[in-house]
Amino acid sequence: MDELRDLNTMPVPSELRNNVFVTTIDRFVSYLYNWGRKRSVWPMMFGLACCAIEMICAAASRFDIARFGSELMRPSPRQADLMIVSGTVTKKMVPQIVRLYNQMPEPKYVISMGACATGGGPFKEGYNVVSGIDKFIPVDVYVPGCPPRPEALLHGLLKLYEKIERQSVRAVPWYQRGESEAIPVPILGPDLIDPRRLPEIRARLAELRARQGASTETSS
Amino acid sequence: MTAPTKTKAAPLAELKGDLAVLKEKFGDAVQPAEYEGVVIANDVLLEAARFIRDELGYRYLSSVTAVDYIQEGYFEVVYHAYRLEGGGPLVFKARTPRDVATVPSLVSVWPGADFQEREAWDLMGIRFAGHPNLKRILLWEGFYGHPLRKDWKEPYYEEEHKPFSSRWPSGHHIRAEDRVFWHDNVQYPLDWDPDQAEDTSDELLYIGMGQFARAETGELVEPRSLRTERLVVNMGPQHPSTHGVFRMVVTLDGETIVRLEPVMGYLHRNHEKIGERNMYLQNMPYTDRLDYICSMSNNLGYAIAVEKLLGIRPPERAEYLRVIMAEFTRIVNHLWAIGFLLNDLGAFFTPALYAIEERELILDLFEEASGSRMMCNYMRFGGVAHDVSDDWIARAKELVYNRLPRAIEELDRYLTHNELIKARCQGVGVLPPDLAVAYSTAGPVLRASGIPYDVRRAEPYSIYDRFDFDVAVRYNGDVYDRYLIRIDEMWQSLRILRQALDQIPKGEIQAGKKQYMIRVPAGQAYGRVENPKGELGFYIVSDGSPNPYRYHIRAPSFINLTALNEMCKGHKVADVVVILGSIDIVLGEVDR
Ligand code: SF4
Repeated sequence: MDELRDLNTMPVPSELRNNVFVTTIDRFVSYLYNWGRKRSVWPMMFGLACCAIEMICAAASRFDIARFGSELMRPSPRQADLMIVSGTVTKKMVPQIVRLYNQMPEPKYVISMGACATGGGPFKEGYNVVSGIDKFIPVDVYVPGCPPRPEALLHGLLKLYEKIERQSVRAVPWYQRGESEAIPVPILGPDLIDPRRLPEIRARLAELRARQGASTETSS
Repeated sequence: MTAPTKTKAAPLAELKGDLAVLKEKFGDAVQPAEYEGVVIANDVLLEAARFIRDELGYRYLSSVTAVDYIQEGYFEVVYHAYRLEGGGPLVFKARTPRDVATVPSLVSVWPGADFQEREAWDLMGIRFAGHPNLKRILLWEGFYGHPLRKDWKEPYYEEEHKPFSSRWPSGHHIRAEDRVFWHDNVQYPLDWDPDQAEDTSDELLYIGMGQFARAETGELVEPRSLRTERLVVNMGPQHPSTHGVFRMVVTLDGETIVRLEPVMGYLHRNHEKIGERNMYLQNMPYTDRLDYICSMSNNLGYAIAVEKLLGIRPPERAEYLRVIMAEFTRIVNHLWAIGFLLNDLGAFFTPALYAIEERELILDLFEEASGSRMMCNYMRFGGVAHDVSDDWIARAKELVYNRLPRAIEELDRYLTHNELIKARCQGVGVLPPDLAVAYSTAGPVLRASGIPYDVRRAEPYSIYDRFDFDVAVRYNGDVYDRYLIRIDEMWQSLRILRQALDQIPKGEIQAGKKQYMIRVPAGQAYGRVENPKGELGFYIVSDGSPNPYRYHIRAPSFINLTALNEMCKGHKVADVVVILGSIDIVLGEVDR
């Protein structure tokens, strides 16, 4: 490996400049690897709300997502590389979304399509609406709009390509030692409960109770 | 009853027509209500409902909803029943004090009240005594509180009504997360123990289904050598064929369906709560997002309901534009529905691609007129938002006279007599006419069962009374007829479109000035239109302020699902997908 690295800094004779392709194996492998997979990102067939209709239109003849190698919508998360969160994420639905995300094999990517998936959108105030899917799963590309036009979704896909292009085989999490951790599935209690926030919820509830106890004592 | 306050006017002085008959029959148990209809005492409600259905002939219960009159201290359940021959509604109401919150269930009289009563229990916390399956429907079992009660506050609660002072007029905005205690859209009751946090919402459901199966097998005790076991299977909410996030739990005997229970609410976006905080006009873009395939006709329904309260009519040109948009929407929807029905049958995506191609052309017209492909937000109270050019009309004519007839004919030619389609669709998911009415189904589902009921004819709105068209009707009530009726309706829509595009006059498109904040006189109105999926109704209670006091949506997809269990019983699992496709639901509207 070290010689290869030296090669990188070694001066190349000017007559050879256009003939010799100087790189490291790592870069070269990453390039090939990314080049291969970026044009065959298979999305999961997964629609949530109105944005899903525009996603279907993006897959239909006029916009034709097949030009970008992503026309194979897989009904099963096990075969999908990309989750397009296309629509309003509700509290009742978010446990299933997290579960589906956990079921996808790595490498996996998420596009948050539309205002709702990104931050709650027009329904943000609603009591059953999650203010953005990124509170639960990591998002790679956000596509703004309500709904985003199919072109916008395709643009988001191209942005994802750029992201994929820049990944290095060495650094990507799925080739590291150990297993990657699943995201804890949210629970539906009296309201939506994020298990990662349980300690905080416990502490704050205690604080609230103490505060209320104090106020009833003073009033009585 | 307490003295009328701000939200209420004095009761009607005298009752006319069928209401008078009702009063005569039940005496003091029937009292005139404010604005419209009568209030029926709870102890005679069931009897009165039967009388209304059988003697007075109001066989079709269109809408059941509840209103929280918090100042007066009672809930009011409002029923709108119609005659199948056409005409206006019979409005009757039941009242219950807020601390009692129980009224008799009408499911035994109109099974179509089933889901609507469950919704009222879920969101308003009113118990319906005698309801066979009173569970939460849109939220999950265990949710804290009943959100549509006026004293229930959502986590991101700011103020009672928009415009919120935090956003306007000074113009800067603090993120909701930064403002609230939990820094998130959640809240927990004080006495709740987070260590017990456990998701039990599904268990109840499965146990319910399982018990039922056991009870049924209990009845079937017959010594047989071959015992079959019942199986509870879950489909959805992530399933490629449920048209969104819809879920069904089915009890199977072998591969035959014994019972099916739809589970919904995975897209419950709180239209009604948000709508009651919004000003009237602010609700218009939200209606786009109900049935997101047919945003134009949703706009129309809402505009008509509010115009009823305002007592205005749009100018001629606007009326024509409305009809043109609504009928184009119908074609869009039916193309989409047929394309995806074929998808469900296994013709993966090819028919849908053909359907979507034509849809795109119509969407281009919508985009040019309104500025958006899907979420048009085009109608206004007393008019429409933008005018269209002569060129637009010319292109619309080109579509209506040439392109669309060809496309529909093509679909018809390839599909209608297709052997495979016939084999999979004929005789599947049959809904007999009497059940179709009893379950309050609407639109193509109702008409495919042999009931020629179409709001455009039964209670004409806008200018539909001027056009020459037929109400499409088919008689077998199976999946095949529900497919055929959509083809028929597209032809009728083209007929209407031809007349409208030829007759459209020049002129104004908005009555009066364009207004941002309208004041609607106090009152109650139920405005309904024949949406592509069925009767879409808006029940609006106004207390004279710039915001609706109650804003309820009678969603056709939601109520049509009441009959799903009936249609699926006895069929195979694979047929469920097709039957669901033939009802043509959109989850934005089912869950609202
Ligand atoms: S962003 Fe707009 S179009 Fe997309 S799901 Fe939300 S409301 Fe619907």
